Amino acid sequence: MSAAPIVFSHRHLLGIEGLSGGEIASILDLADRYVRQNRQIDKKQNTLRGRTLVLLFFENSTRTRASFELAGKRLGADCVVMTTEGSSIKKGETLIDTAMTLNAMHPDVLVVRHQDSGAVNLLSQKVNCSVINAGDGSHEHPTQALLDALTIRRRKGRLEGLTVAICGDILHSRVARSNIHLLRTMGAKVRVVAPVTLLPGHIDKWGVEVHHDMKRGLADADIVMMLRLQLERMNGAFVPSLREYFHFYGLDYAKLGVAKPDALIMHPGPMNRGVEIDPEVADDIDRSLIREQVEMGVAVRMACLDALARHLPNLPAGMAK
Amino acid sequence: MIDRPIAFRNARLIDPASGLDKPGGLLTVDGRIAELGPGLFAYAAPPGVETVDCKGWVLAPGLVDMRVFLREPGQEHKETIKTASLSAAAGGVTTMIAMPNTKPPIDDVSLVDFMERRARDTASVRIHPMAAITKGTQGKELTEMGLLTEAGAVGFTDGEVALADARLMRRAMSYARTFDFLISNHVEEPALAAGGAMNSGAVSTRLGLSGIPAAAEVIMLERDLRLAELTGCRYHAASISTAESVAVLRRGRERGLKISAAVAPYHFTLTEDAIGEYRTFCKVSPPLRTQVDIDAILAGLADGTIEIIASCHAPQDQEGKRQTFAQARIGMVGLETLLALTLAPVHDGKLDLVTVLRAMTCNPARLLGLDRGRLRKGAPADLCLFDPGLAWRIDPERFRSKSKNSPFEDHPVKGKVMLTVVGGKIVYDERPNEA
Repeated sequence: MSAAPIVFSHRHLLGIEGLSGGEIASILDLADRYVRQNRQIDKKQNTLRGRTLVLLFFENSTRTRASFELAGKRLGADCVVMTTEGSSIKKGETLIDTAMTLNAMHPDVLVVRHQDSGAVNLLSQKVNCSVINAGDGSHEHPTQALLDALTIRRRKGRLEGLTVAICGDILHSRVARSNIHLLRTMGAKVRVVAPVTLLPGHIDKWGVEVHHDMKRGLADADIVMMLRLQLERMNGAFVPSLREYFHFYGLDYAKLGVAKPDALIMHPGPMNRGVEIDPEVADDIDRSLIREQVEMGVAVRMACLDALARHLPNLPAGMAK
Repeated sequence: MIDRPIAFRNARLIDPASGLDKPGGLLTVDGRIAELGPGLFAYAAPPGVETVDCKGWVLAPGLVDMRVFLREPGQEHKETIKTASLSAAAGGVTTMIAMPNTKPPIDDVSLVDFMERRARDTASVRIHPMAAITKGTQGKELTEMGLLTEAGAVGFTDGEVALADARLMRRAMSYARTFDFLISNHVEEPALAAGGAMNSGAVSTRLGLSGIPAAAEVIMLERDLRLAELTGCRYHAASISTAESVAVLRRGRERGLKISAAVAPYHFTLTEDAIGEYRTFCKVSPPLRTQVDIDAILAGLADGTIEIIASCHAPQDQEGKRQTFAQARIGMVGLETLLALTLAPVHDGKLDLVTVLRAMTCNPARLLGLDRGRLRKGAPADLCLFDPGLAWRIDPERFRSKSKNSPFEDHPVKGKVMLTVVGGKIVYDERPNEA
């Protein structure tokens, strides 16, 4: 595939906040092309040949890590995965020390997930390569929002004017924050639906509609986006019980009934079946986009790597124009 | 050792306690103020005496900083008593009140003795510790307040740790009432603040950081004021940050309670927006708040609801601040920026010079029962000479403090300390050369 011109001028991808509508659309367009490529038998190309991609995961993750690793490999990059399990990070090495150590190995792109908000931002200030945020604390998870947007756009043909209801643990969710930024930038109407204990303060100032009742929040929605509720946050911490949470905020057909007849369901995974979503709804192939989101994830991450690589110094041999 | 007399001429003498603000001179002899007054040495310096030409600058009592975190004993790589005192002298501070949060905490007579000895041996300014209310600042058992006071403690607080247990606080206050000791608390309800890294609000939501609501402070302050009322204890809220706290204090004072409160300059200089993209130098406790809070704090200073301005100097090493915001250590250094930052609202016309000087001299001295903070014949010659109008930019690299954790790098300020005198001895001299 020849390098299509794109509008994207950032060195890092740390968040959706600050990206323009044009930049977002440009990444999605590019990702569309990678979706096609990923469905071919030969999925590999040379865009990132000679480049080194380091995936640095301070927090457990299966799908995001696999998704980035596949994306890197399909673009021809060498991928190294580093996790905190059994590494020196657990032995007291600071985040900055880790960053400096990795930097000395001359990676071209660093993909980082960390449990603290702002960690990826901090790390990006200490390295010479491009950095992609693969999720930092409760702050942002930009590639998730982009893959969600791609999934929606491919099904609905647009983002503008759609009503998207984001439901569940908004308070702790980086997915929600990134999605709110993206969807608002692209002209969608965003609602958040949650009990007050799971909503951050001043969320109403983000230009979203705030609902505490699922049926009101889902009324005439085009997209219902469910969030994962961490098990440790149930049982009296943020909600009284799993049973009560599912009763009021779990997505089942009864609640979904008030949304548009062609409303689609999304979930960033991993799902807690029977907690935030009825298994039947989750597996409804006419309504659920959950598996499609995973497919789009690889394409979107390829697009992000491609977009950032275009700004890397020293174009590899064969790519120089 | 008897220090040589020094004559100060051409000064703008300000004694905040009496309201004196006149051109004049001052003479120190044997570490004390021997003479002062308008017109003194107006025409000539006394013969054979070291003379300081004050060039019309302000000659005020040396500052009394009521909230300083020393790192000795235990964390000398961040600050020693010696470097803290050099930093204080550079800030015009002649008396520091040390918080007990050292390692180990100052909760025992031997530790007060240690601090007094180290201060005597290494420090160029005066240091008095406030001892812990509870052993190890653990909030469980009271310390030996009486013996600690005899050893030199000037009051009691668990410093940066809030005393959460209401029953224990009541006991501490009742016991302190017996001897008229001062009890001070970090006003933050720990359960409400748990896990929080900054003010709870729109910015914390955007950054995905756990917030500390203003209510965490107000609840603790209101509780403490009720207990102060119940026990009749003298009570001091260590460092307040919210508009509502000012209102609560005002009501408490109207009820006639023996209460006081301090504020740090950063709480009327910076809002939570200064955190920007996770600037850990702006992580302080209580957290930076909003413009509404700043306005209320300035109003509270102007009408005397807040009587004290303290630096809340809290040195941290690079390691402690080069972390994610949630993990980063709390506090900023402040001794060397105390006066300059405090003069900003004076230059803006929001506060008057005598009021802010009072908040850093005679007010804390009176609360702590110290014979300081005044320009008065016979008083210790602790003096601060500063040029109130000199514009400069803060450069943490030039701080005398061992730690440089200040977010005020390159921050423009007006007002600079030129000379600091402790007990008649010049301990800091940054007067421009007469070349």
